[in-house]
Amino acid sequence: MTVAAPGKPPAAQARDTRTARHPWLTVLATAVRLCLASLVVLLAIIGPLVSPGTPTALVTFAFAKPSGHFPLGSDFLGRDVLARVLNGGWVLLIMAAAATAFGIIVGTAAGVSAAYRRGRADGLIMRTVDVILAFPQLVFALLLVSVIGPKLWLIVLAVGLSHAPQVARVIRSATLDITERDFVKVVELQRMRPSKVMAREILPNLISPLMVEAGLRLTYSIVIMSGLSFLGFGQQPPAANWGLMINENRIGLELNPWAVIVPAALIALLTIGTNTFTDAVARVTLGVDRLPEEAVLTDDLGLGRTT
Amino acid sequence: MTAESKPADAAASATPLAQPASVVRLEVRDLEIRVGKSGPDVVGDISFAVPAGQVLGLVGESGSGKTTVALALLGHTRRGLRISSGEVRLDGVDLLTLSRGDLRATRGARVAYVPQDPAAALNPTLRVGTQLREALRVHPGAVDDPAGRVLEVMREARLDAAPEMLRRYPHQLSGGQQQRVGLAMAFCCRPSLIVLDEPTTGLDVTTQRHVLDTVRSLCRSYGVAAVYVSHDLAVVGGLVAEVAVMYAGRIVEIGPTAKVFGDPVHPYTRGLLAAVPSPGRAETLAGIEGQPPRPGRRGRGCSFAPRCSFAIDECRSQAPEPVLIDSREVRCIRAADVRSAADARPAAVSGPGDDGRSPALSLRAISARYGRTPVLSGVDLDVPPDSCVALVGESGSGKTTVARCIVGLHGNWTGEITFQGARLSPRLRDRPRDAVRRIQYIFQNPYTSLNPRKTVGQIVAQPLEELLGLPFRERSERAARALEDVSLGRDFLSRYPDQLSGGERQRVAIARALVVEPDLLICDEVTSALDVSVQAVIVEELRRLQRERHLAMLFITHNLALVRSIAQQAVVLRDGAVVESGPVEQVLEHPTDAYTARLMADVPRL
Repeated sequence: MTVAAPGKPPAAQARDTRTARHPWLTVLATAVRLCLASLVVLLAIIGPLVSPGTPTALVTFAFAKPSGHFPLGSDFLGRDVLARVLNGGWVLLIMAAAATAFGIIVGTAAGVSAAYRRGRADGLIMRTVDVILAFPQLVFALLLVSVIGPKLWLIVLAVGLSHAPQVARVIRSATLDITERDFVKVVELQRMRPSKVMAREILPNLISPLMVEAGLRLTYSIVIMSGLSFLGFGQQPPAANWGLMINENRIGLELNPWAVIVPAALIALLTIGTNTFTDAVARVTLGVDRLPEEAVLTDDLGLGRTT
Repeated sequence: MTAESKPADAAASATPLAQPASVVRLEVRDLEIRVGKSGPDVVGDISFAVPAGQVLGLVGESGSGKTTVALALLGHTRRGLRISSGEVRLDGVDLLTLSRGDLRATRGARVAYVPQDPAAALNPTLRVGTQLREALRVHPGAVDDPAGRVLEVMREARLDAAPEMLRRYPHQLSGGQQQRVGLAMAFCCRPSLIVLDEPTTGLDVTTQRHVLDTVRSLCRSYGVAAVYVSHDLAVVGGLVAEVAVMYAGRIVEIGPTAKVFGDPVHPYTRGLLAAVPSPGRAETLAGIEGQPPRPGRRGRGCSFAPRCSFAIDECRSQAPEPVLIDSREVRCIRAADVRSAADARPAAVSGPGDDGRSPALSLRAISARYGRTPVLSGVDLDVPPDSCVALVGESGSGKTTVARCIVGLHGNWTGEITFQGARLSPRLRDRPRDAVRRIQYIFQNPYTSLNPRKTVGQIVAQPLEELLGLPFRERSERAARALEDVSLGRDFLSRYPDQLSGGERQRVAIARALVVEPDLLICDEVTSALDVSVQAVIVEELRRLQRERHLAMLFITHNLALVRSIAQQAVVLRDGAVVESGPVEQVLEHPTDAYTARLMADVPRL
């Protein structure tokens, strides 16, 4: 509306500047999130090296309470929970990361080609995406695994493939925007090959949305991987796995709750940590919290910056 | 005038800025706006007064802070900025001390704002009538008869006051009508102060002139104080009685328009005026090299000193205080010396005449369509070798489509395009690689034509790889030389577009076009996204390159004033057809077509 001019009175402006947090505070909060996530990752990676014993050895009776010898007690077969916790993360993490990478690569390739080539390729790719999206993500993965069997590579492929459509959608719309920019027309006038245009000109401009997607998909991967393990479709017993441990030991929750609480808490911490950290990274790359100095300077002529 | 006679003369001719007869409506005193709590100042030391019935022009280039000042007049700042000190007095009341509720009641009713882009300012889902009445509903008691007032204000804004008009949605109006609705909304509550932020920037010259006439008559009949913000000196010069020139957040010169524009004193004002092209003269344009310092990097001295040919050591060490010279205030310690310095007249431009050689490029009966919509119908055009042809027309006339057909971006056309004796096929991929290389195209907006993720070196070397297939080492060597040709140093090779100013970006785009040594250069509105001082530098650069390299050039522009400075021939396009063509002087000064004549008459002049 024109006459009631936009904006806030001085009192409101003062509030605005106060709520805009000091940059250091943002950095600190991001550092805490990073620590949280990396602690769990560290635990999963170096866990097998510092593990007090083998995770599959039957060392005591079932559901033993924590003791000096076994700080987290024992599980339903009398195995050391600490050893199993320390050994049960890395496969989960690797599988989640691999599935994310696979999903991002396939989704980006599909999204960029659909948006850049348009026409029939666009229709074909996006309708396929719609079909896959019609299945809930977990159900899609479960379907594949239950048909072919619980093989680890298959789980990675299935989870990755279930990410691809969502990545493709986001990347397609981001690419549509970039394709309209003049610099793409410039290289088309140089008769650059379409594959090269996509790889060399468009892809580097997708870094921000890709970072956001990668973070989001990694979080989902961890949750789905743990869920599949919990349901028995992941690593098979007697292997140690946080998701599997929750399922195996929930019958003895009253006897030794730590056998369930610790793996559950680790999965939760990992998810929250990666999510908030990647969110912070995304905010930085997208410039959400950036000071408006540049905007002020370029606004007078109404020139948008191409970021 | 000599320096000795200055004080007496200044005192004698100094008239109070506000006429005694008219009452000062708006008074701004020592306004300062900072970034955040303790950040650098964006604007400072802003003081001016506007009497009732007068318009103050606030001119400056991008980043000068003119919009920031304009918004502060409404008690508003953009996010992250803060009014740190100063007063904005409207009829004696300081708006900056008002409470939130009082300020809201003031806005719209006593202070009104007309934004730059009317299409974005009007709500696309509400009818025009609804939006106009809304302004009156928000301020009950502002007028007696709201329904009658809406019709009255529409008539005053020279809109058709019929009920059908009120029932329309904004998208059913033309750009000029939209801006008139914006004006009607601003005036409907009979405000005391009206702030106009470049209200004609997106409009064609004819529409612009009509809107400006409306603004002028509205301001006069309402007796409001108005502040008109613009980067277009010619527009401001024809509209306002008093003008303030802003540079790097300060008012560097303020006074009566006739004085400031007729006999500028501040070196920046002088530079700015020398950069403005004129449709009536064929002169070289003198731009201002360099760029204004950003807030926080302005140093202690005069912000203009690094770009000023009059600068002395003192300029760099102390910020100049305003001095009164010949009825205007100037922020320059060397004002007297500058004024006595001879004004270098710009050199006249003369181009090579038409020597009857066969044209480098010729278009015959080109008709093009987008989907089913015809855009061009039977366009004929010749570009002789070694000369520049200007293609002129308003928005929507099909200028850019002509260019896109020539370079091969738009393939849906019929007719014949001949380049150096060979016919060009409509589709780019059917053209020989060498023909593609010989025709280079420079895009309008350097903010979107450079890939932000690539270095300048990569950008400029790219066509060498694609069109000539040169090895890497030779590519980088040639790219470096191309940058030097457009007056950019080798150190630009490793920079990213984000680190460059608008003018530097456009130079990079020019270097990218010239690196493959084309024979025909097509410049599509290459200066319309740039400030006037930068525009002048770029136009001069293009003219020099065209001469040195004997390029054929097609210079597409909507800016008639610019045509004289660069082209030898002009072609006027209207609704996809050529209405007039010939040598520049003939087309611009003795147009045979009524449309060309009207365009020329509507161009704002200084």
